Amino acid sequence: MTTDAQGLGAGDSKLRDPRVRAVLYQILVIVLFVAFVYYIADNTIDNLEKLGISSGLGFLQQPSGFGIGIVLIMDYSSQTSTHFDVLLIGIINTLAVSLSGIFLATTLGFIFGVLRLSSNWVVNKIAAVYIEVVRNIPLLVQLLFWYFAVLGVLPLVKESFQLGENFYVNNRGINFPSIVPSDGFWVIPVALLVAIVIGVFISKWAKKRQDLTGETFPVFWSYVGLVIVLPTIAALIMGLPYTIDYPAFGRFGIKGGWVLEPEFLALLIGLSVYTGAFIAEIVRSGINSVSHGQTEAANSLGIRSGLAMRLVVLPQALRVIVPPLTSQYLNLVKNSSLATAIGYADITAIFAGTSLNQTGQAIEVIGITMLFYLSISLIISMFMNWYNKRIALVER
Amino acid sequence: MAIVKTERHPELPPPVSESGVIGWMRNNLFSSPLNIILTLVSVYVAWVAISGFVSYTIINANFAGETRADCTDTGACWVFIKARFGQIMYGFYPVEERWRVDVGYVLGAIGIFCILSDWVKNKKWPAVYMFAVYPVICYFLFSGGYFGLPTVETSEWGGLFLTLVLASVSIFVALPLGIVLALGRRSEMPIVRMLCVGFIELIRGVPLITVLFMSSVMLPLFLPEGMNFDKLVRALVGMSLFSAAYMAEVVRGGLQAIPKGQMEAANSLGLGFWKATGLIVLPQALKISIPSIVNTFIGLFKDTTLVLIIGLLDLLSIVKTGTTDKEWLGMANEGYIFVAMVFWVFCFGMSRYSIWLENKLHTGHKR
Repeated sequence: MTTDAQGLGAGDSKLRDPRVRAVLYQILVIVLFVAFVYYIADNTIDNLEKLGISSGLGFLQQPSGFGIGIVLIMDYSSQTSTHFDVLLIGIINTLAVSLSGIFLATTLGFIFGVLRLSSNWVVNKIAAVYIEVVRNIPLLVQLLFWYFAVLGVLPLVKESFQLGENFYVNNRGINFPSIVPSDGFWVIPVALLVAIVIGVFISKWAKKRQDLTGETFPVFWSYVGLVIVLPTIAALIMGLPYTIDYPAFGRFGIKGGWVLEPEFLALLIGLSVYTGAFIAEIVRSGINSVSHGQTEAANSLGIRSGLAMRLVVLPQALRVIVPPLTSQYLNLVKNSSLATAIGYADITAIFAGTSLNQTGQAIEVIGITMLFYLSISLIISMFMNWYNKRIALVER
Repeated sequence: MAIVKTERHPELPPPVSESGVIGWMRNNLFSSPLNIILTLVSVYVAWVAISGFVSYTIINANFAGETRADCTDTGACWVFIKARFGQIMYGFYPVEERWRVDVGYVLGAIGIFCILSDWVKNKKWPAVYMFAVYPVICYFLFSGGYFGLPTVETSEWGGLFLTLVLASVSIFVALPLGIVLALGRRSEMPIVRMLCVGFIELIRGVPLITVLFMSSVMLPLFLPEGMNFDKLVRALVGMSLFSAAYMAEVVRGGLQAIPKGQMEAANSLGLGFWKATGLIVLPQALKISIPSIVNTFIGLFKDTTLVLIIGLLDLLSIVKTGTTDKEWLGMANEGYIFVAMVFWVFCFGMSRYSIWLENKLHTGHKR
């Protein structure tokens, strides 16, 4: 037995070495990838030249020339505003509907997740039906249903349905009174901020005191009290620095006040109801994952059941809940792009839709839109990762 | 004077308040004041919802007739669906050619049955049929142009037929592509891994609509002049790439669950990477990820409705177009409820199947 391993097939031993092959494979992959990119870029440049489209971001400075249904915060006019303004409005609108959707969906999800676990058979089944029905119907169908079949059949503006004194419901949305700030209004938000800061200090102090002496302090209620009382005092001191603008019938429909457009409402309701059903399942499985022994142990220590839920079960359940909850939030933001189908002016509808059609700058527009969604996804995951780390199990 | 009982007292039935219907109701519905209120409120809510839904869709609904004028009752007007049923099922596929779609359905159903049922023991031939023969048959059958079948343009495809085509072609492309991407993401070669991670995260970070926009607007720019796909193929490219990224993550989850020892054992038996992966690791990984694959497919099936935005006439899109018909104005309720019910039946069925399969495949130690 004199043949050693290296002697076998000495001619192609280099090719049989996995490390050498890995390098070769990777070179091959790079070459293919570069060739692919080059091929696409070459074709694209060719096609763009033939179509007479100049590339670059210059188009963002061109006037847009089309109207937008829903404009928040900014001023917009179809004559003077540019495509860059369109992009900003799209981003603001997407963020507005996503953030309020995340808030509503979380609320709905937690309520129905807990109801789904209720020992009450009827309540339990109602939650189950909600979850199973909503999860298995495409979101787009639900959005169209809310928009055309529910909000679309509301009365005309002239025959508005009146809720109380100052609320009007019609097929152009919900009109309600708005607050118009006058001189000295800034004191109120400042007071609110001060209230929140004081609240943070109180909760820290209360925790420290409880750790030292075991005495508890009604942190939540003092928080609520502060947030209500301080701004009220500020408003009274400044002599109510605002006027309330009530919606009223003018010659052309309802004037004054604020209005929630049906497009926004349909999108918000649709997104929250849909995502809420998924969150409910996540909450249910999270709470179920905490072993029953934990609840029993808490009860045997004399902790009341509500307190046991808050102090023992929920902190452990949250560890299971948060990671999938993050991906639901991401889904909600991405799904808000379905606004296109019902005409809500989000970034996909007005920027990747109308602006794209007007300028023909497909690559730049789609690129910017994708970049926006990618960065939102990144920000949300970063925030949720930070939160997740905070609540994660501290191992000794 | 013994007062000791010599025989056993016969067993009494449990108290009425603790057993049977009454006991169940006492324990589950009326155990505390709060529970009583909850029960009453939710029974009322359920009653309002169910009775409203049933009376709208069944009791007061209109089933008979041909035109809108026949809808005299207060409930839903199913005449609308009946009048457009052919269109909803097949789109604008020529009426005399619709048998081809039906034949395709039957051939597909046979294949799926053979693969899924326990009666057929040898799965090799059904698999070959389903993944190699059936797609080719379907291509020639549906688009025609050969064997004396008249050509049907893809722009004439529509309705539920188009929805099923979109979903099945996407999954057919996405599954193998997803497996490749998942293997690439777990590869030890940094460049391969980087490319796969980049692709997966890029696609997963953006909404499907932007991917569809990209494939419908930018794909023509990427290709040399003269080479152009029709709208359906462009949508299919977008949907397949999109679902491949999600599929890759599902498969990766399965791959991660397989202990490293399996690969090492296979290597020590002399199997190379591809053989070890194909014969040892992948079968196990795919088996445990089947439920998640089905879930991804359900998501994909629901997402096919998004082609409405790029102007394909799938099930939802064709019903939406129908509701804007002048002769059938005000049929939005009926249309969307019908579409919702169709999707619900498909998706709910698949999710139940996935749960059942999960239990069946759970051959390990179940607690």
